[in-house]
This record gives sequence, structure tokens and C-alpha cells, in this order.
Amino acid sequence: MFTIQDYVVPGTLEEAYRILTAKRNNTILGGCGFLRLGSQRIGTAIDLTNLNLNFIEEYDQVIEIGAMTTFRDLETSPLLKGYFNGLLPQAVKHIVGVQLRNIVTVGGTVYSRYGFSDLITALLSLEAEVELFKTGRVSLENFLENASEKDILVKVIIPKTAKKAVFNSMRNSQSDYAIVNVAVSKEGDRWLLVAGARPHRAKIARKASLFLANSSLSSEDIEHAANLAISELTFGSNMRASQKYRETVCKVLLKRAIGEVLACK
Amino acid sequence: MQIKVTINEKMMELEAPYDEFLMDTLRRYGFLSVKKGCNTGSCGLCTVWLDGKPVLSCSVLSVRVNGRNITTIEGVQKEAREFADFLVKEGADQCGFCSPGFIMTVLAMKRELSNPTEEDIIHYLTGNLCRCTGYQGQLRAIKKYLGVV
Amino acid sequence: MRIVNQPISKIDGMDITTGKPVYTDDLAHGHELAVKILRSPYAFARIKAINLEKASRIPGVECILTYQDVPKTRFTMAGQSYPEPSPYDRLILDEYVRYVGDEVAIIAAVDEKAAEKAMKLIKVEYEILEPVLDFEKAIGHPSVVHPEGDVTVNMDIGMDKTKNIASSCKIEVGDVEAELKNSDVVVEGTYYTQAQAHAMMETYRALTYFDHNGRLTIVSSTQIPFHVRRIVARALQIPMGRVRVIKPRIGGGFGGKQTASVEVFPALVTLKTGKPAKIIYDRRETFACTTSRHAMRITVRLGADKEGNIKAIDMQALSDTGAYGEHAPTVFAVAGYKTLPLYGKARAVRYMGHAVYTNKMPAGALRGYGVTQGTFALESAINELAAKLQMDPAELREKNIIREGDAHPVLGETPEGKPVVLASSALDRCIKRGKELIGWGEKYPRKVVSDTKVRAVGMAITMQGSGIAGIDTASAVIKLNDDGFYTLLLGSTDMGTGSDTTMAQIAAEVLETTMDKIIVHAADTDISPYDTGSYASSTAYVTGNAVIKAAEDMKKKIIEAGAKLFGVDSEEIEFDGEFVRAINKHQSLSLDEMARRLISGEGKLQLVGTGTFGGDTSPPPFIAGFAEVEVDTETGKIDVIEYVAVVDCGTMINPNLVRIQVEGGLVQGIGMAMYEDVKYSERGKMQTDTFMQYKIPCRKDIGKITVDFEPSYEPTGPFGAKSVGEVVINTPSPAIAHAVYNAVGVNIRNLPITPEKVIMGIMEKK
Ligand SMILES: Cc1cc2nc3c(=O)[nH]c(=O)nc-3n(C[C@H](O)[C@H](O)[C@H](O)COP(=O)(O)OP(=O)(O)OC[C@H]3O[C@@H](n4cnc5c(N)ncnc54)[C@H](O)[C@@H]3O)c2cc1C
Ligand code: FES
Ligand code: FES
Repeated sequence: MFTIQDYVVPGTLEEAYRILTAKRNNTILGGCGFLRLGSQRIGTAIDLTNLNLNFIEEYDQVIEIGAMTTFRDLETSPLLKGYFNGLLPQAVKHIVGVQLRNIVTVGGTVYSRYGFSDLITALLSLEAEVELFKTGRVSLENFLENASEKDILVKVIIPKTAKKAVFNSMRNSQSDYAIVNVAVSKEGDRWLLVAGARPHRAKIARKASLFLANSSLSSEDIEHAANLAISELTFGSNMRASQKYRETVCKVLLKRAIGEVLACK
Repeated sequence: MQIKVTINEKMMELEAPYDEFLMDTLRRYGFLSVKKGCNTGSCGLCTVWLDGKPVLSCSVLSVRVNGRNITTIEGVQKEAREFADFLVKEGADQCGFCSPGFIMTVLAMKRELSNPTEEDIIHYLTGNLCRCTGYQGQLRAIKKYLGVV
Repeated sequence: MRIVNQPISKIDGMDITTGKPVYTDDLAHGHELAVKILRSPYAFARIKAINLEKASRIPGVECILTYQDVPKTRFTMAGQSYPEPSPYDRLILDEYVRYVGDEVAIIAAVDEKAAEKAMKLIKVEYEILEPVLDFEKAIGHPSVVHPEGDVTVNMDIGMDKTKNIASSCKIEVGDVEAELKNSDVVVEGTYYTQAQAHAMMETYRALTYFDHNGRLTIVSSTQIPFHVRRIVARALQIPMGRVRVIKPRIGGGFGGKQTASVEVFPALVTLKTGKPAKIIYDRRETFACTTSRHAMRITVRLGADKEGNIKAIDMQALSDTGAYGEHAPTVFAVAGYKTLPLYGKARAVRYMGHAVYTNKMPAGALRGYGVTQGTFALESAINELAAKLQMDPAELREKNIIREGDAHPVLGETPEGKPVVLASSALDRCIKRGKELIGWGEKYPRKVVSDTKVRAVGMAITMQGSGIAGIDTASAVIKLNDDGFYTLLLGSTDMGTGSDTTMAQIAAEVLETTMDKIIVHAADTDISPYDTGSYASSTAYVTGNAVIKAAEDMKKKIIEAGAKLFGVDSEEIEFDGEFVRAINKHQSLSLDEMARRLISGEGKLQLVGTGTFGGDTSPPPFIAGFAEVEVDTETGKIDVIEYVAVVDCGTMINPNLVRIQVEGGLVQGIGMAMYEDVKYSERGKMQTDTFMQYKIPCRKDIGKITVDFEPSYEPTGPFGAKSVGEVVINTPSPAIAHAVYNAVGVNIRNLPITPEKVIMGIMEKK
């Protein structure tokens, strides 16, 4: 059973970090959507509510999304609807229901590096960075690949590019986790092909992305890029699907997403 | 921990352990309309409003609602009965166990969306499972209630 | 008819939907002992020792019970009329644990936290045994799931437990092998239906206490209060007269609550401690520690001539009943009894096989009760036969279906030993209408939409029963109150279906009164008249008939009482629902006034009307189901575009409620067809024990649902009605499988029909 011994609402990030690192079982609370499903015995639960981390803000070069921003905020944000063909709202809107999305947070999701995550896949295709309180700013890609010590995710930073982007996922029941999800972005000649829920963590298919950038984007090229992506990424089996099926579908979704990106205005 | 909450427009002081979720606290204090269908954030039965937004009360820690506003269906009976009348006239009230959470989401939708299409309605309500009705009758009731066709 | 066949609102609708505290847990006073159960982590094991020392020292722990503390009489939790066909193969707690989740110890404490703390401190030493997990390997497996010697049966159900056979069954008419030999075309297929979870929204729960007379009272979310009374009495070895069962509002049942899965545990605690107790299963226990639909394997062989006249149907079945035999023999048999008569023209039909024990969660009753499984197999085979004959599958059916007036031995036998005649059926009209609604003419078999999308249609038909003939009975009692309104006492259990309302409609119709004059009370075994409970599609038909009898009895008594008050013969009295009149004397009395006078010193007469009914036959409702799907040929994703069901359930007592029954059942059927699957790990642990892992359809998953009716008139039914609650779940699986076949040429014979199976099928074909 999930238990909490003590509960604090710190007024500064410094304080939150100090408490977090004071004891091994001290824990940051995101929206608790996932936390509560485990049987964690939390020493001090740290509530970031008072740190003003619920924001989506636009700057010259970047868009910043605070750790305590909920998925529903992402989904309904006029700002985010206007960028990257509404990629981020698209990516989160399938997740269960409005009431859950009113709770679960960007910080809890990104920090946890969930393999099934739809948001992470989308953020990768935008070359997002994360700002951690202690570690500082690192690329999301880097963050996902390297285990780090306990830290607090403060915000996600998205370069304000002219990327066109598309998110797509395969779900059997529409409110289920994705069997596989993909995001594809393009800025000029630069392509990024990302696949997640394989069921492993989302990853950029570098070779395939590069190939596409230097190709003529014929249907053969697109087919080849999708094939490259499948061979450079690893896939696995779980209750939702076999490795083979994931590979098959991922390839199809990537091809389609590339096509859709090309069709974007 | 002691928390001060406005529930259905009444200030209340509640006692809740740190690891108790809002649904359990609410039921303990007699708000028995709040139902638990899953306890994993999947069913929507436990929906209440937190500062006017529909949330899953099974997933919100009670201590976090300190100083905030909670609305359960007990607090919006008039409006709930107005909608329930449409539901009941469709026969789309079956076991009723999912209904309080469902109605709270419908009423929140009415506040949040203007002129929703059928697709918008379905999207807004996807987090509310119902095993009895097959959803169709609920949809008919909502459309009549909102006056959309 | 003024009230029957009208779309009357449910009498409890406004209150249950707006959150009134009327369900089991809402009625608890909050000071009951919390009852928790320690469960087996192993699929099969013998308990060598249990150490409670540390656990019982936890403050607040009231008692911890193990197999040493329970009566040694085996029983079944299946809610069936006595003598139950289900074997008596379980104890409240046993030395053997037979599935992951089987009960090891019962812990009662002042609150859940204390109970859970204690639970963690119980030390159990197990002798781990080799489990039987694959039901196809159960017969003759070296492990015997029930090695104990004291399993008993009430009748010969073909049990051979040394071979893990819980029950056996054979239904046979004519010479199947000979007819198959004489057939021009024979198709054979093996079909698998998965275990399905009921997934009712209110999980299992019960509270128990001793009342002021020292009687054990059980408030339970159950479909079967009278059976619960008997089951608990047997399990606890106390007289039935010491048990009272109350059913409040129920948050859904779907057959799950036709098994008494939880009541014995708090009941035992109350018996041992004298204190009130409460058990609430969480969603995990509801999924993993109660019952599911029986998974089945059915091999079908069909023989026909070139013109498509079906000559023989052979179905060989195997059913997985899991660790205990709840509903094993009956679910198994019904899968044959309610499918074989569909194609009445076949000269020889056979259905046979076994239900086997395995070390998985027991199976039990679930809407459809075997017919769903049998229908998937038979209807899929019929569709494959049509393909082989190159015949329109609708036409093949029209040629072979049983029709009103046809006799069929599998429908039963009359007292004179003749096959029962099908008294009502509009199945032919249902097929015709369904074809129109789905646009069969234009759409069959397929239309290519784009490079990657194909649309196609598919179909299936089905029947069910209405109550269990010759076994199940229901009674109704109507009481006239002193203000001229009635109380209708029932033992049936409205679990959301609206049966309390439909029963009130029937009573109001007969008594020529209005709905507001009928108060329904159900159910409390101390007060309600006997009713086997709401299952087997019985309430509308069986209880409905009992209500007619009770209402007619009441009417007769009102007239007799009026005659007495007026001092005339009964023949001279008229009653129009509101007034009692003496025809010749020009005297009249309003019902309320008469009621007041009757219960006063003047009349000294409480009017009570009673009626009991048990069906001699079980009239089948019918459905023709049609699916239109769009298949993505690259991902295998299936979208249901539209599902059409045309239903013959006889007269609709309440058209709105019937419609919702159909829509709800279809969606549950679509869930079974496409999304739902109870899965176990290699070691036998259930993996689908949350709504995150076990997906019931959400609003976006179902497409358009079109429901229409082609009512027949059932002469034995109340106002011509038949059942509708179960038949509705049967067609989606075979119809969607058929549509997928028509779209991409892949026969999915193993439910659910997932995108992955479709794609693998397409790849294999290439
Ligand atoms: C029923 C259900 C279905 C779901 N389906 C999907 C789906 O289909 N697709 C999908 O992408 N996601 C899905 N999710 C996951 C969801 O989107 C969130 O990713 C998840 O709930 C975690 O977010 P949270 O805010 O609830 O975090 P929490 O549960 O509160 O926290 C998760 C972890 O992150 C830590 N943490 C939280 N915030 C921070 C921070 N700022 N810095 C450092 N650490 C932090 C916590 O300590 C904890 O260890 C589902 C969740 C549920 C409950
Ligand atoms: S109980 Fe909260 S979502 Fe199911
Ligand atoms: S009415 Fe029963 S779950 Fe919705």
C-alpha cells in the first residue's frame, strides 16, 4: 500500500531539493496519477504546488512548460495549438479522460521516463530540453538515456522552431496505452523520426532521420526510412503486442506520419 | 492533518491522513454519492470538481485540497436532477453506480464547452466508463439536454 | 395497453443517478470490522503451516481465521435452485489452494489498515504443487486439482475428478456421423472463446451483523438473495432460519453476482466474533478472485447439401471451469441447448464434451451463460459454410432457421413426450429487417475505401431462453394499503435493468391503476416472497408471470371484499382500478375508502394477492446482428462503423429499458469481440486485474449502434413478453469476425479479434 509519513509544501525549489535529498524515501508529488498505483512508502511527500510551476510560456526563442502543468492545460492551450501543428495537444488528448488529464503533470511524466509515454515521444521530435534543479539544463534525449541522481524537474523547454510535426499512435481500445507511438518532425531538410511504447522508452531513429534528410522523399525513400528506423530501434513484446507486430505497425505509422508532415502547410 | 475546504459552498474542517485520497475522505464525511469503480484512475466514477474542474477524487490527495473548493453532486442537486430527468427518460439510468461521476462530468462539460459537436461530447466523456448502458442512451440524453442535434 | 409497452421512466432513476446513498456500502454505519483476505501467491499448493503469532498481536485485530477454523462441509457458491447441479467442491478455506488468489486466511480488524498490516505478518508455509494451467491439457494431467475425497454432487453431472473432469454432457438427436457422410459439403473449424470479466462498476461487497433476534443478517450486492441464504447456511452449518439476506440497490451484476463470491467471509467473522463485519473487494480482487466467463474450445462440423440445406451439426466442446465448478455443468450444457435448435432443419445435431478443472480463477455465470460461447462457434462455422457454398450467408440462414410453429427436441419435451414447439419467433423478420438497416444488399461482402482501408459487413443470429424450464420459480405478493395504494413484494433483483419498474408496470396494468400507486419492495428474504433471483433471463418472463397472477388474485379479492361490503354477490361487482361498484345497486366506493374500511374494525381484512410461476418451457428470444467494420489492412485496426441488431423479445414491457438492455449488451459483446481478454502469466497469475490492463469498451470504441425490434407474441409470456437481458451479448463476436473475414479474408477463430491477429492472418495469407 502507498503510504506517506510526512507532507510538506515548500516555498522554494532549494527547500524542496533539500528535503528531497535528505532521505532516500522522500518523494516529489506530481499529479499522483502513477505514484499512488505503486506501493511506495514515502517518507516526506513534497508538494510543488506553491512554486508556480504550472505555466506554458512563450519567449523569443523558446516555449517553456512548467513541471506542474497538467495534460489538460497542454491539450487546451491556444499557444500550443498554434505551434508544430498542435503536436503536443494531439499527443496527450487520448490519455484516458479529461478528469485524469486535469491531474497528471508534465513533470511527473517526463521525469519518470515512462516507456509508454505519448508526451515524451512528441517532445523528443521537438528537440526539447529539460531543466532540472540540480543538474541544470540537458537535452531530453540525453536525459532519457542517462540515469541521473535524484533531482527535481523544473520545466521543459522547447525551441521555437518552424517545425512541422505529427504525432500518431496505435491503440486497440482508444483509451488504452499505445501499442506503439510515433512523432515525426521536419524543419527545412531536417527530419526527426521518433518512436515510443516499443514498449521501451521513446528514441530518435537517427539513421532513418538522416537518410530522409538526404533523400528525394520518394515513396521508396520513405519506405526505406521507415525500414531503417525499424532496424535501428529495438522492439519488445508484452501483454499488449508482440515484437513483430510492433515493428510492423511502427513502420506503418512512421510512413504515414512522414506523409502527413509532407502534407502539412 | 487538518484541512480547511469549501465543500458544496460550505466551509468545513476535515481531518485526513497524509496518504488518504479525496474520495475516501469525502465518503468518510458522508458524501456518499462519490463512488469508487477502479482505484487506478481509469473509470471516472469518482469525479468531483476541484475549483470547478472535474478531477478524479481517487487520485487527488486530500491534504492537497487544503484551502480549495470541492463540489460533489450533493452540491448541484438542482442542475443534476435537470439532467437526470433526460437520462431517465431515455432509460439510460441503469445500475446508476456510474451516474454521479458521469453527471458531474456532463455538467462540467456544459460549463466548459460551448456548442459541442457529438465528437466533442464523446471526447470529453471518454474517461467515464459505464458497463450497463452501452453509452448510446447517455449520448441521446446529453444531446437533448444541451439542445444539440 | 396503458402501461405495459410504454416507455415509462425507471421508478428509482432520479435517485440513483443523483447520488442517493442506496448501495451496500452506503448503508454501512462505519463501525463494522474490516474483513480482508490473505490470498495464495501460488496456482496450486498445500498449506503446510500457518503462523499467526505476529499478525494477531497487531492492535485492532479481532480475529484471523484459517482452514482449521471453518466447517468441513463442502458447498458451491453458484446461485442455482436446490439441488444445485454445480458440485460441492469448496470449503470457505481449504488446506489446498487452487489458484493464485485463492483464500488462505480471513483477517478481521477495526480498520483496513490494521487488517492489512496483520495480513503482511501472517507466515504461511506452502508445499508447492505442479499446477494445471492449460485447460486443453487438464484431462489426464498428472496433477489433480481436487484430490480430496469429500467432493459431492447432487446429481450425475459426469464428474471424473481424478481426470480433472468437473462435468460431462452429451446432447444428441439423429445420427450425426451418417448425416455428415451424406453431406455434399462439410466444414470444420475449432473456435476459442476467452474468459471475460463482468466488470460491473460496483465491486463485490457485503456487510453482516446479528439483528435484535440474534439472526445473521447479510446486506449484499447480490442477484440471488434466496440462494445466498441457503449457501451461507450450508457453508456455516447453521439453520437457514437463522439467516436473513437483504439486497439494496446493486451497481451492476451481469451474472457475476449470481455467484455468492464474498458473503461467507464476513458472515463467518460475524458468527465468530458476534460483531458487524464488512467486506469490500477492490477492483483487483473483483477481477482476480471471483469468477469470469468460462473460456471454451468448440470444434464445429457442419454438413450441408449443395443447395445449402444443413443436414448435420456437430459441436465438440471443452470448457475451462477453473479451480471450482461454479456453474460448470449448466454453462456447458446451455452452450448446446440454446444453439442447436437455431437451425431447425438439420436432421442430426450433437453437442458434447467436458468442463475441466484447472488452477485458475473459477469461471461462473456471465450474461449469455455459455450461449455466447456456443454462438461464436456455431455462427462462425455457418459463415464459413456459406463461404464454401458460395452462398449469401443471410440466405443460408433464411433457408435453415427454425420458425414459429416448428418443433425441436432440443427445445425440450412436452409432458406427452413430444418435442416442444416454438411458440413464437420473428427471427426471419429480424434477419430481413437487419439486412435493410445495415444495407446488406449494397455492402455485402466488401467495399475498398482506399489503398489501406476496406469496409465489410458480417452477420450472426442467436437465441437464448426465458428462465429455466421446470426449475426456476418466482412469486409475487401484492398488498393493498390503507390509502388505496399497493405494495408489490418481489424477490427478484433489479441490478439496474429496471425490473422493479417493469414489474410495477405489469401490476399497474392488471390492477388498472397508475404507476404511483405501486410501491415495489425487493428484496429481503424475511419479507419478500421466494424468487430464484434475477438470472437466466428470468425476471421479465418468470417473475412477470407471477406478478400477473398476484395482481389478478388481488383484483379478485378486491371484488370479493366489495361484494361483502355491499352485501351482494361477486358477480355483481365491477372494479375499474379506482372504484368498486355494485352494478345493480348504483352504489360505489373508491378504492382508498374501501381500503380504509377493510383494515378497520369494520372490515378486519388485509387484502393480499399472491402468485407463483414457473415456466414449463423457456421461450427463446432471437436476434439478428449485423456488423459493418472498416479494417486497416496495414495495421489490422478494426473500427466498428455500425452495429445493427434486430430483436424479437416478444412484447416489450418497457421499450426504453429494453432498448438500453440491447445497447448495453451489444457493447459488452463488442468488448468481448475486440478488447476484453482475461490473461494469465506463465505461473498462473492473472495479469488483467485492473481497468488499465483489462479494457472494457470506452465511448470511442463502439461506433454507431442501431437497434430495432420485430416483436413476436409469446403466448406463455406476460403480455406476450420474452426475455432480453442475455441474448443481446451473443452476436457481436461472430458478426464482427465475419465482417473481418469479408474485409480481408482472414478467419479469426480465437477471440478477441485483435489488430495483431488480423495482421498476422494477412501476412500468413501472403
Ligand atoms: C489510468 C492511467 C492511464 C494512463 N494512460 C496513459 C497513456 O495512455 N499514455 C501516456 O502517455 N500516459 C498515460 N498515463 C500516465 C500519465 O500520463 C502520467 O504520465 C502519469 O500519471 C505520471 O504523471 P503524474 O503527474 O501523475 O506523476 P506522479 O504519479 O505524481 O509521479 C510520477 C513519478 O515522478 C516523480 N515526480 C513527479 N513530479 C516530479 C518533478 N517535477 N520532478 C521530479 N520528479 C517528479 C514522482 O516522485 C514519481 O516518482 C496514464 C496514467 C493513468 C493513471
Ligand atoms: S475510482 Fe477514480 S477513476 Fe476509477
Ligand atoms: S449505469 Fe451501470 S455502470 Fe453505468
